Amino acid sequence: MLKIKDLHVSVQGKEIINGLNLEVNKGEVHAIMGPNGTGKSTLASVIAGNESYEVTQGEISYNGKNLLELSIEDRAREGIFLGFQYPVEIPGVSMTNFMRTALDEIREYRGQEPLSAAAFLKYMKEKKALVEMNAKLNNRSVNEGFSGGEKKKNEIFQMAMLEPKLAILDETDSGLDIDALRIVANGVTKLKSPENATIVITHYQRLLDYIVPDFVHVMYDGKIVKTGDKSLALKLEEKGYDWIKEELKAK
Amino acid sequence: MAKDEHKIIGEVTTTDYKYGFVSDIETDSISMGLNEDVVRLISQKKNEPEWLLKFRLKAYRKWLSMTEPNWAHLKIPEINFQDIIYYAAPKKKKELQSMDEVDPELVDTFNKLGISLEEQKVLSGVAVDAVIDSVSVKTTFSDTLAEKGIIFMSFSEAVQQHPELVKKYLGSVVPIGDNYFAALNSAVFSDGSFCYIPKGVRSPVELSTYFRINAANTGQFERTLIIADEGAYVSYLEGCTAPQRDENQLHAAIVEIIAHKDGEVKYSTVQNWYPGNKEGKGGIFNFVTKRGLCEGDRSKISWTQVETGSAITWKYPSCILKGDNSVGEFYSVAVTNNYQQADTGSKMIHLGKNTRSTIISKGISAGKSHNSYRGLVKVNAKADNARNFSQCDSLLLSDTCGAHTFPYIETSNPTAIVEHEATTSKISDAQLFYCQQRGISPEKSIALIVNGYAKEVLNKLPMEFAVEAQKLLSISLENSVG
Repeated sequence: MLKIKDLHVSVQGKEIINGLNLEVNKGEVHAIMGPNGTGKSTLASVIAGNESYEVTQGEISYNGKNLLELSIEDRAREGIFLGFQYPVEIPGVSMTNFMRTALDEIREYRGQEPLSAAAFLKYMKEKKALVEMNAKLNNRSVNEGFSGGEKKKNEIFQMAMLEPKLAILDETDSGLDIDALRIVANGVTKLKSPENATIVITHYQRLLDYIVPDFVHVMYDGKIVKTGDKSLALKLEEKGYDWIKEELKAK
Repeated sequence: MAKDEHKIIGEVTTTDYKYGFVSDIETDSISMGLNEDVVRLISQKKNEPEWLLKFRLKAYRKWLSMTEPNWAHLKIPEINFQDIIYYAAPKKKKELQSMDEVDPELVDTFNKLGISLEEQKVLSGVAVDAVIDSVSVKTTFSDTLAEKGIIFMSFSEAVQQHPELVKKYLGSVVPIGDNYFAALNSAVFSDGSFCYIPKGVRSPVELSTYFRINAANTGQFERTLIIADEGAYVSYLEGCTAPQRDENQLHAAIVEIIAHKDGEVKYSTVQNWYPGNKEGKGGIFNFVTKRGLCEGDRSKISWTQVETGSAITWKYPSCILKGDNSVGEFYSVAVTNNYQQADTGSKMIHLGKNTRSTIISKGISAGKSHNSYRGLVKVNAKADNARNFSQCDSLLLSDTCGAHTFPYIETSNPTAIVEHEATTSKISDAQLFYCQQRGISPEKSIALIVNGYAKEVLNKLPMEFAVEAQKLLSISLENSVG
């Protein structure tokens, strides 16, 4: 589904990612872990198409397409979803209006008829239940006045609405209390299918108790330096990252 | 902002005006230029009584002694007032009994604008007094309104049928010498709408007028007079689009509103005159004087405007709060794009006790445009416990546009409470990225964010108008991300 080869990314002349390789197939859950400032969020932004980052080398293919040639919105319409670490507020734009616009655009891209107002509202209600969202969500402005937990739940709600093929969750667990974490993780798990894939970027092992990854990657200094299964995450939790740094030095 | 965003804002702001077309209707006009004979001729063509001719002549003489105002934050090209046709009326073939008899060209024009008279009549329950150029062509629903004693007709008809009302109120809120353009209008106004709601009557429908400049080189000098008698209520809608032109066209209208004791008038405008092309050529000069007088106690006048058109806008809908406990409101969204200039705002003059006023102004600037808010809140010495709240927000969509705020506050009463809040913001890259990441195109993302920004004002508009206004905001800002 997603193939990243020798990716190099710079921001304002500074190289953040240097020579990253990653392959994600449908049905898989990948966790990316690593210390702060090693390029995890940058990777997520680049896949989504954020233009603040410059890809200087390498390629990303997605379902056979050259992802780097697609606009931000076309990537989204092709099924890429980014759960933001810091979701922005859009004052005056109701969640209903926002989601309706997004879904209409995506459906149009896929050659589908727009949903009727009634069908849309019913659909929205179902998805809200999935993340135990407040019934009042519809008329609230996008993320405006939302608590930290609500913002993250809202990201998962949007993911449920848009049914992506590849979801990238950028530190969706940070700042969540244990109940919110459970709700968010359950939502993600319920949305999992053999047809879609998930990349979870996280600092903490605890999220991976709920969302069980097939692969755990450790990112350090702009590239993936170690890949393993769930046990790697447990080891990181226990020992921190220093042993990996030691290993790298030894090489 | 990111470069793509620049490109898109660039594209959005360079869209051609979507309502630019000229309809081919026979027009009866007089020759160019202005002098006392032209004023007399207009009055004569309209078969006006002597007092009205005197009113016009007095205004004309006053106008001659005045000079164009230059205090606004606007660059106005020199206007040759002798280069303008001051009267043009579509030729009437016969009296019209039904819609079938309306000139098909005219109906076509309305259809292009999405304003079918029939549809308006049947679907929305809005009585429409459609003004093309200067003469009122069709008035609907007048029977329904007549049953309630509501007078809603063209200004010319009102002069003939209700001269006592016109004479009593004309110029009572905007005196002939009020300002340069008001004096000009008072001398040469062609037609407009007249509305009188009698004591205790609530208008069952929203009264609506569509203005449209049509004949080439015809200045548009509309005159509107709305009176809500004691305890009366009316919601009045004014919306307009104009055909595409190369030459600048002058539009100097006057709207006067009077609200008596417990009377209420809600006046909503969607203004979409031709703004000129993307190089700043052409477009309407919109120099309008709109003022309401809250004459009686507990009366209320509310202005809501969505301004997207015109090359230059000079407009300050105001309220004179004379009655005790009277209320004045002003809600505005002004969009400027390309080379458009707008200097708009409101004046709230507190004269009575416990008077309250609210000003909410949302400016949106794109391209190389300039958008200014100018407002005056004045509290008279006798206006005990007057309150005002003003909020002026500016949203910038480009690095090349300008937003300015000129608030004036004058209070002569220590009990007055006047609040002013102002913000300036830019559409953030983060907001756009967020929307686009959800599959929304950059154009729609901007429309979404801008409409959200303007929501507080759009919510004040009647339902159908709000939908139209939302579309207009999107259209006006197409290709404007940058």
